[in-house]
This record gives sequence, structure tokens and C-alpha cells, in this order.
Amino acid sequence: MIAANPATGRAAPPPPARKWTNTRILGHVLMTLWIVAGAYLLFYLVSNIQSPFVLKYWTKYAEGLVVTVEIVGLSLLIGVILSVPIAFARSSKLKVIAAPAYAYVYFFRGTPLLAQTFLIYYGAGSFRPFFEDIGLWWFFRDAFNCVVFAFALNTAAYQAEILRGAVQNIARGQWEGAAALGLPKPVTFFKVILPQALMVALRPYGNEIILMIKGSAIASIVTIYDVMGETRRAYSRSYDFQAYIWAAVLYLMIVETLRRIWDKLEARLTRHLKR
Amino acid sequence: MNDVLTLISFGPEGWGDEIVQGVLITVSLALATLPFGLVLGFLIALAKKSDEPSLRNAANIYTTIFRGLPELLTLFLVYYGVQIGIQEGLKLVGVEAYIEVNSFAAGMVALALVFSSYASEAFLSAFRGIPQGQYEGGYALGLSHRKTMGLVILPQLVRLSLPALGNLWLILLKETSLVSVVGLSDLVRQSGIAARVTKEPFLFFGVACLIYLVLAMISSAGLSRVEAWSKRGEVRR
Repeated sequence: MIAANPATGRAAPPPPARKWTNTRILGHVLMTLWIVAGAYLLFYLVSNIQSPFVLKYWTKYAEGLVVTVEIVGLSLLIGVILSVPIAFARSSKLKVIAAPAYAYVYFFRGTPLLAQTFLIYYGAGSFRPFFEDIGLWWFFRDAFNCVVFAFALNTAAYQAEILRGAVQNIARGQWEGAAALGLPKPVTFFKVILPQALMVALRPYGNEIILMIKGSAIASIVTIYDVMGETRRAYSRSYDFQAYIWAAVLYLMIVETLRRIWDKLEARLTRHLKR
Repeated sequence: MNDVLTLISFGPEGWGDEIVQGVLITVSLALATLPFGLVLGFLIALAKKSDEPSLRNAANIYTTIFRGLPELLTLFLVYYGVQIGIQEGLKLVGVEAYIEVNSFAAGMVALALVFSSYASEAFLSAFRGIPQGQYEGGYALGLSHRKTMGLVILPQLVRLSLPALGNLWLILLKETSLVSVVGLSDLVRQSGIAARVTKEPFLFFGVACLIYLVLAMISSAGLSRVEAWSKRGEVRR
């Protein structure tokens, strides 16, 4: 704010009133619609909090949430471990190593997660005698294992690309500088390159976690009772649409919270880059 | 080996023609969604870069919702939501009826909602890549706001947003598989039927995956040609 004019002692004139342009009207109309919709949703949720549906199914939703967290957590963990050798193989100079890694990444990024899950869950049955022979049938018989297996392979491909992109993004001079200091290659990688690469990779990793949470809804199609699975079961038993509304609220809260945490984390880790 | 070839061959013995029908439905669903998603995404990007805070907020709420919800859940919300909405509406008029929503249409709406919210981000970052001077240059030549947009900004916007939109197209192509869950006879559903009847699940889902790969390859080839076309004005380096 500009204070009073020292010469005349008069206050500065107020800023001109903003005109009601078409965009402003449109914006206010749309915002009003959202507010009304949001208020109605809130009213709907609050008025249903003691409804028979919620009382009957809320424990189911909690169990589903645990299953979702298990699937996502396990897949991401296995994916991280698998992604490192794949990323290395992918950027190898030897064609014999690089080509299979490229094919792996291309396959898992180019086909739908749903088709991959079906391929592993139903497809494992085609090799039942083989799996029984090597004593792995117990693993593929269980839908949960199959889903985690499929999701882990899928996310490993995406994470390998993230890791590779981030490592390649580091300037050559960093490698050369470390070499000039006499650091061996592994030490250079873990102490010089990786910390910088992870900073670049932080955002894509966060996106991958969110994609995995959203993708995990697919598990419900192969008889897993995660949040989505419990939702579908609750809906098929009660024909009450609030089943889906609660699921939407739950997923939105999870994803939004995670996104905000990730923003904070990124701001914290890159604070030395801010001026 | 001969068995396999018979199973995926065309004609009464094989499942080739059923699978091709599935491919056609998959591709047509993706193609039908694309224009709606692009137009909606562009409008939302315009809203997001507007000077008016209320419009920006409204657009941001939209993208937060549809980027945060799992695509499968969005599909169910649209599929059952519209069904129940119409039934309740009819009840008010006094008609008791069971309405089944067309799964193709429901899939189109759900996928367009998701696609547009991601596309708006792609357009928005492309808008940020166009310097202010381009607008000012347009106005200095006496072009109206609309003409500046159409003749100066849009051609550059296409070039800048194409790589991101290409990725979104590939994602859209893969996401159409979800609509098989609400009964659309797309590639995944057709191969699922074939797998169940012939008891050869690995073969048929493997074929489905390979077909998705081929579709992705064709799309990438097409996209790189479009990208080359959009860059025809640039100096060759």
C-alpha cells in the first residue's frame, strides 16, 4: 500500500474496482458450482455417517485400505530393487545386455497393467505342471502374489527409466571430477552421482507412487479385496451408490496427502538450490 | 505349434476375427475419446492461465479430482452414477425403469475426464514456453486477441505440447483396457473370452499384450511424423 502523499497529506486513491468481465463471471459461476457440489457432498457424507451402510462396511474399507497399502508398498519395494540392475543393463554399452533390458522396459511400459495382471494371474495356469515341478505353484495359485508380482515387474520398468534418466542427467564433469580425485567408480556412483540423481528423480518417483496407488485398483478385478475390491463388493450387496462415493473420497485423500508430503519433501531436499 | 496357429487363425476354428473386432473397438474408443479430451483439456489450460483467480481455482479443483482418482473408480462412478442418476430422474417423473448405460459411452466420458485433466497440464506448460513477446508481436501487427491466438500462439502451442500429448495418447490407448471391466468387448475382453473357452490364457493374453505393443509402435511412428511436420518451420541443425 502506498501511504499518504507527503506533499498534500492526502491518502492515495483506492485501486480501481475490478470490472465484471466475462471471464470473471464464468470463474465465479464455476466456483459457485464447485462450492455447492462440495457442500452437498459434505452434507451427504455427514448425514450418512451413521447410516446402516457405513456401520456395516466401514471395517471392510479399513481392511481394504490395509490390503491396498500392502500391495503398493510391496510392489514398490521389489520394484526399487529390480530397477537398479535393469537401469544398469539398459545403459550398458554391450548390446547383448542392453537389448533385453530395453525389450523388458518396452514391454512393461507399452502394455496395459490390466493385461499384464491377467497374463500373469490367468496365464500362470497354463504352466501349472511346470510350476508344480519346480515347486512354485503355491506362489502363483494365490491372487495376491500374482498381483504383487505383476505390479512389481511393471513398476520396476518405470522406475528403471526414472533412474536411468536421472543418472544420465548428471553432467559428465561430475564423473571426471571424481575420477581426477582418484575415487573408484563405485564410490563415485554412490557418493557423487546418486545423491544428485535422486534429487532430479524425486518428482518422477513421487508420480510413480501415486500412479501405483491408482493402478492398484486393478487388483480388485482379480478377486483381491483392496479398497476398490471392498467397494465393488459393498456395492454389489447393497446397491448403494455411496459405496463409490466413499471410495472416491478415500482415494482422493490418500493421493492428495501424499502429493503434499512430496512437495514438502522436495522443497526440503532442494533448499540449497533456492535463492 | 500348429495348435497355436489354428487358435489365433481367422475363421470358425480360430479366434483371430474376434480379436480383430476387439482391436477395432479398442482403437475406436481411444480415437473417439481423443478430440473431447483435447478440447476440454485446452479449455481447462486456458482457465488455468487466466488472470482471474476464481477461474484458475475452479480449473485446479477439476484437475485435482480427476488426477487423484483411480481411472477404474472414475469409470465406475460414471457408469453407475449416470445409470442411477437417470433412474432416479425417471422415478421423479413416475417411470420405474432399469436403465443400462452403454459401456462405450461411459468409457468415453470417463477417459475424456481423465485425459483432459492431464492434457491441461501439457497445454499449460506449453503455454509457459511461449514468450510474452509473441502475443505483443501479434497485437503490434493489429491482430485481434482471437486472431493472435489462432495464427500466432496455437501453431507454436501444438509444436511445444506434442511430445507430452503423444505420451498421453499412449496412456489413453492402454487405459481403454479398463472399460472391458464394465462389459465393453474390447481387446482384453475378447481375449479373455477366448482364453476361457480354449483354456489357453497365457497364449491369448500374450497375444493381447503384443497387439497393444504393436498399437503403441504404430502410434509412436505416427507421432514422430506429426512431430516432424510440426517442426517443419524450424531451422535444421
